[in-house]
Amino acid sequence: MKRRFFKIIGMVAIVSGSLIGCTKDLNRYPLNDVTSETVYANAAGYKMAMAKIYGGFSTTSSVGTDKSDIEGVDAGTSEFTRMFWYLQELVTDEALIFWTNDEGVPALRSYAWDSQNVLTKGLYYRILFTITLCNDFLSQCTDAKLAARGISGADATNIKRYRDEVRFIRAYQYWAGMDLYGNLPFSLEVSSTPPSQIKRADLFKFIESELKALESTSSNLAEPRTNEYGRVDKGAVWALFARMYLNAEVYTSEKKYDEAVVYSKKVIDAGYTLATTYRNLFLADNNITGKSEFILTANYDGIKTQSYGASTILSHGCTNNSSVATDSLGVIGAWAGFKTTSKIVQLFPSALSNSPDKRASFTGGSNTTVSNYSDYANGGGVSIIKFRNLKSDGTKGSDNTGLYVDTDFPLFRLAEMYLIYAEAKLRGGNGDGTLALNYFNSLRRRAYQSNAGDVAILDLDLILDERARELHWEGHRRTDLIRFGKFTGGTYVWPWKGGVATGQSIDAYRALYPIPASDLNVNLNLKQNPGY
Amino acid sequence: MNCKRLLALMLLPLLAICSFAQAQDKMVTGKVTDAKDGSALQGISVMQKGTKNATQTNAEGVFKIKVNAGAVLVFSSVNYASIEVSADAASLIKLTSVAASLSDVVVIGYGTAKKKDVTGSITTIGAKDFVKGAITTPDQLIAGKVAGVSITSNGGAPGAGSRIRIRGAASLSANNDPLIVIDGVPITSDGISGSANPLNMINPNDIESFNILKDASAAAIYGNRASNGVIIITTKKGKKGKPVYAFSSQVQISEVAKTVDVLSAAQYRTFVNTHGNSAQKALLGTANTDWQKQIYQTSINVDNNLSASGSFKKVPYRFSLGYLNQTGVLKTGKFDRVSVGINLSPTVWNNHLKIDVNLKGINTQSKFAEEGAIGSAMSFDPTQPVFNGSKFGGYYEWLDGTNPNKLAPRNPLGQLMNRDNKSQVNRSIGNVQLDYKVHFLPDLRVNVNLGYDIAEGSGTDFAPAISAQYYTDSGTSNKYKEAQRNLLGDFYLNYVKEVKSLKSRFDVMVGHSYQDFLITKYNFQSFQANGQPRSGSLPPQFPYDKPQNTLLSFYGRLNYIFNGRYYLTASVRRDGTSRFAPENRWGTFSAASLAWRISDEAFLKGNKVLTDLKLRVGYGQTGQENVGERYSYLSYYNLSGNNFTYQLGDSFYHMYKPGAYDPKRRWESAETYNAGLDFAFFKNRITGTVDVYFKKTSDLLSTVDVPAATNFSNRLLSNVGNMENKGFEININTIPIQNNNFSWEAGVNLTMYDTKLTKLTNVNDPNFVGNLVGGIDGGTGGNIQIQSVGAWPSAFYVYKQVYDKSTNKPIEGLYEDLNRDGQINEKDRYIYKRPEPTVLLGFTSNVSYKKWSAGFVMRGNFGNYMYNNVWSNTGTVNNALSRTDVINNTSSNVLYTNFSSRQLLSDYYVQNASFLRMDNFNIGYTVGKVMNNKANLRLSGNVQNVFVITKYKGIDPEIAGGIDKRLYPRPRIFVFSVNVDF
Repeated sequence: MKRRFFKIIGMVAIVSGSLIGCTKDLNRYPLNDVTSETVYANAAGYKMAMAKIYGGFSTTSSVGTDKSDIEGVDAGTSEFTRMFWYLQELVTDEALIFWTNDEGVPALRSYAWDSQNVLTKGLYYRILFTITLCNDFLSQCTDAKLAARGISGADATNIKRYRDEVRFIRAYQYWAGMDLYGNLPFSLEVSSTPPSQIKRADLFKFIESELKALESTSSNLAEPRTNEYGRVDKGAVWALFARMYLNAEVYTSEKKYDEAVVYSKKVIDAGYTLATTYRNLFLADNNITGKSEFILTANYDGIKTQSYGASTILSHGCTNNSSVATDSLGVIGAWAGFKTTSKIVQLFPSALSNSPDKRASFTGGSNTTVSNYSDYANGGGVSIIKFRNLKSDGTKGSDNTGLYVDTDFPLFRLAEMYLIYAEAKLRGGNGDGTLALNYFNSLRRRAYQSNAGDVAILDLDLILDERARELHWEGHRRTDLIRFGKFTGGTYVWPWKGGVATGQSIDAYRALYPIPASDLNVNLNLKQNPGY
Repeated sequence: MNCKRLLALMLLPLLAICSFAQAQDKMVTGKVTDAKDGSALQGISVMQKGTKNATQTNAEGVFKIKVNAGAVLVFSSVNYASIEVSADAASLIKLTSVAASLSDVVVIGYGTAKKKDVTGSITTIGAKDFVKGAITTPDQLIAGKVAGVSITSNGGAPGAGSRIRIRGAASLSANNDPLIVIDGVPITSDGISGSANPLNMINPNDIESFNILKDASAAAIYGNRASNGVIIITTKKGKKGKPVYAFSSQVQISEVAKTVDVLSAAQYRTFVNTHGNSAQKALLGTANTDWQKQIYQTSINVDNNLSASGSFKKVPYRFSLGYLNQTGVLKTGKFDRVSVGINLSPTVWNNHLKIDVNLKGINTQSKFAEEGAIGSAMSFDPTQPVFNGSKFGGYYEWLDGTNPNKLAPRNPLGQLMNRDNKSQVNRSIGNVQLDYKVHFLPDLRVNVNLGYDIAEGSGTDFAPAISAQYYTDSGTSNKYKEAQRNLLGDFYLNYVKEVKSLKSRFDVMVGHSYQDFLITKYNFQSFQANGQPRSGSLPPQFPYDKPQNTLLSFYGRLNYIFNGRYYLTASVRRDGTSRFAPENRWGTFSAASLAWRISDEAFLKGNKVLTDLKLRVGYGQTGQENVGERYSYLSYYNLSGNNFTYQLGDSFYHMYKPGAYDPKRRWESAETYNAGLDFAFFKNRITGTVDVYFKKTSDLLSTVDVPAATNFSNRLLSNVGNMENKGFEININTIPIQNNNFSWEAGVNLTMYDTKLTKLTNVNDPNFVGNLVGGIDGGTGGNIQIQSVGAWPSAFYVYKQVYDKSTNKPIEGLYEDLNRDGQINEKDRYIYKRPEPTVLLGFTSNVSYKKWSAGFVMRGNFGNYMYNNVWSNTGTVNNALSRTDVINNTSSNVLYTNFSSRQLLSDYYVQNASFLRMDNFNIGYTVGKVMNNKANLRLSGNVQNVFVITKYKGIDPEIAGGIDKRLYPRPRIFVFSVNVDF
């Protein structure tokens, strides 16, 4: 009996022993995905990781136009530039949206967004996602890491430049967050510890110090206009400085108009030139036709960089007329999404019939009043044709199906710098008044293709109007109206402001978007903006 | 059987009649058969009522007994309902089997037990009790038959699968399907490309029984995969003896029972002329087209099965061959299945080694109809003709210049006809099980089970260049291919010892299991119809991907019986899975249950009314490791696809993206308490089971928000939630009438359950309302359901509609300001009703009279609501008339509401979807011996999906998930079948 017992135990031991050996099979690894050690083994890998950080401007994901890096918002909507455009334009006189069933849109239309709104939430997370990617990238670029990986010479030099470009993008993203949400969670590393919240004014100081470092002599950034197209150089640093200083009073209550003058001038003097025609700035080949004026762009391609991003929806969405879409916009499909208000139409002389100001490009009939804000076909109002998937030679963009567009979206361009110089000067900045007028009139001359549109005297209202004429639908309007004190309150109303046809006052707290409830729930360091 | 015995048998009735003429103390002879299939029954006790005079039937079912004149005979058995028959009429006795009889073998996972010894909540459904009719997938065999099990088919497409839920859903984000084990091989619930349903790869005709392990005390032996219950499928085995052949043939005729209520051409003309502008009115055509009529057809399907069973040189075998050919009611859809099954079950070494070999091979050929046509048919303008001689194959289309208008629906019939999406799937499941009774220690069994499940699916989705849908793409030709391989190695020892001195029986099992799942998923470029790459399509970044996961387990179980009536079962399983980080990868799952056969106690023994009573209580822990993710406990970098590169300078760069990760992720675990009673009255004339349970799922995976800037996603699948689930189930089977010519069986099962989310976040924040789920049509990003603490999973989350007091109609866009803050925004949404029923009812009935039989299965769900997305998405004026170049048809609901814009989040669209459905009605006639007595013939007819009683306004109240978008309608099927045994 005993022997039998041992026999059995022996058998069990042999069989289980051989099977226990399989525990190592519980370590399984993906076939195609790789670890950070593989990605960052060489300079090529660094560049591809950096491409993801840039790519967030114009793509929603790495895998599909219906997929997103950001959860909780419609995937197609979730690209940076589109959501930024929504939050900067749809709550102003420049744009009305008719996709009334898209989640989050109704609350923007009625000016009743709250901390659960998916669009305000979507952009917030897109910004912080990009910042997280930047933090991860920067942690891989330390001199120590490069040395440990045996990267030296030209590779190391290139990577150090990538590092500073990524540092700029992080500063840019923090700027966008500061402008829209005020007080952001603040983190410079990837850590599972919930970040603390930084006050808007402190965030301003942080961005300022980052930009200072990036323009300093120790910066590895390229001089203006010397980097590859689409990549950051010192011109972008100065442009962000100029924009931020122009709005410093809003961000910190401190005036920084002298600095705005200085930095806009730096950009202007860096050798950028205005594109010859305004229309060329927004074409499928604007990486060529707009290149001289662009300081930084979000790059799209109908085949290689596909998304339902800003360029795509603005091309398809500005009409419900299929032949307008095909003939004037170079896309197949008129998505009936956007219109503008009569306030913008009124800024142009004889806006609807061959205006001398060539920037006027309205479509959709002669009735400029939107009387029914849910009926695109019959509700009245006109739309704007600006971003086209047509090349300067009239041919269409690269995607033969007419869905995705090639048109790059300018994040910074020279014209804005001219207007910043002029405005900062008017607001008391230490600048040259004649120069300011010349800059201003150079935009007018391009618009009129003659000096017929020249003005003699500048004032602030003229600047605001000119910004709308020049920069409409480029994602500036909310910031501009806030700086001019016209966004909240009732001093300036436009059709459908506050959700009513005639327009009405909105509460002051709406100058900032809310911190999403979803982040407040999980990060107890965060406090909601007042009013929400 | 030799000729003499055959003769004797045939003479038996004659003998019985002869005996009638004789005086007292006559000899009565007769034969006992199963009422359902006519097979001879051995070992049935035959007793003269009121005496001890008794005998049993022999192997041929024949008995002989000497009785007094006028005696009454009682026929009884644990497996059958007993009946009393006058001895004079006892020549041919038909007994009706009890649904799950006490001596039946129950498969409990790594072993079997007798039904009477089972301590957990396990339901066994054998072949005799399967649903009859056009059964094309195994799950349909038991629909409505088992308390606590709900089976909802995913619509009426050929080969479509079902959603199976045992005692409701245990998870929010992880897999909710029960573990399915076929002949000891757990199969993966991941579907394969080219097959709609993992279960349609098994021919239902090969199935012998289902054993459903419902509570955790029973299921815990499957450890970290058992939280949703376990369904053990056992296939038919060879039977010793001369070859027996069975052939069945079915012809099924399917037709659409109901279509969506949209405006007719006449109604639509009036509608457009009332609401449209001049451009839109001008678009109206002159035809009268019922688009839904155009896309559906009456289809004819056949299902033929042949099996042979017997023994060859002492090796019992079973061989089966099946051929199913289905055509969809939606035109162009087809499903062909050829299945082969082989079982060999020899016993060698003096019965010490039992070998069981099962091999199943299956080949399916599918042609998937373009289901987008269902939606197009609902919205295509009914005043337009089907054909106009267009360049798109002649089909009328909305145009944008000379191209099809991208924002219009496509011609529904053209969409179907100009599409050829074909797939082929080959699958083989097999295992070799060796069961060795150790020579020197016969109480010990060594069991080794080696199994595999391999499948390969591939197909091409083709549309010609003229197809309107792909016109600007010059047609399409997209390939897909996927292979799966699942290997199993199982080893256990089983020691059974009866110790008389202790009045005890010990049954101990210990074992080890290894299972490995490997998928190979191929990536392809998109092509035009002519084989050229599609515009914008680039070759895939990687030719294929190979996700893999592995499970390793150790387990043990003790079954202990004391004094024949006190039972204890205890089990423990230690499971390791490759899905989680090494420190979280292992877990232990234990269970214990007790049972007490009260009816064997002195105070009940011999009771004529309550003939069996057993009390069961159990507790068990189970887990759910199938969380979808395989590797993401670490952050891996993913390289972007070729359409997702970024331009820097003149080059486009692929993007490396770090993946979101959760190093702490682990399985969901559940604890279940279960108490039950099994009972039988009047010697099995009434049998039943009652169970109550309480289940608590913890570490529930939910996609939760993570603090921004801490991970590579803002939401992460994390173990944060808790859920409670409690329920009551009762299953009763009765045989109200049973006599020799006429019998009636009826069964009813009722389930009541309630599920509540009790925790959803790591941080307890009172302002957190929940996670939105349940995507709907109409706009982008819309969700109609919510996971919210205190509510049912996926409860509807809507605005409270305000109605016009005089007309009772909803007022467009007017909702109650529930938080009274003066504005209507997201904060005014509230939780209203739920998609899952609170009560499930199943009712079956079978009547047989002489050679005729008839039966039905009815099912009811109560307390469930449905979001009518068809109404909310299409029932508005703007949906019809938003454009000037296209006009769309709408749901007839628009005539009632007159809504101009979509009001997607209104609770008006959440509608009561309780229903009572007759799934199946059947009539059968046993012709009996034909062809010179060589064969036994049975004919039957069925109607499936006979009727539905419901208040729901859409086409079908039964849609898994509770959102009615565009259901492929479940057809009504008429079935004629012939069964021949020879």
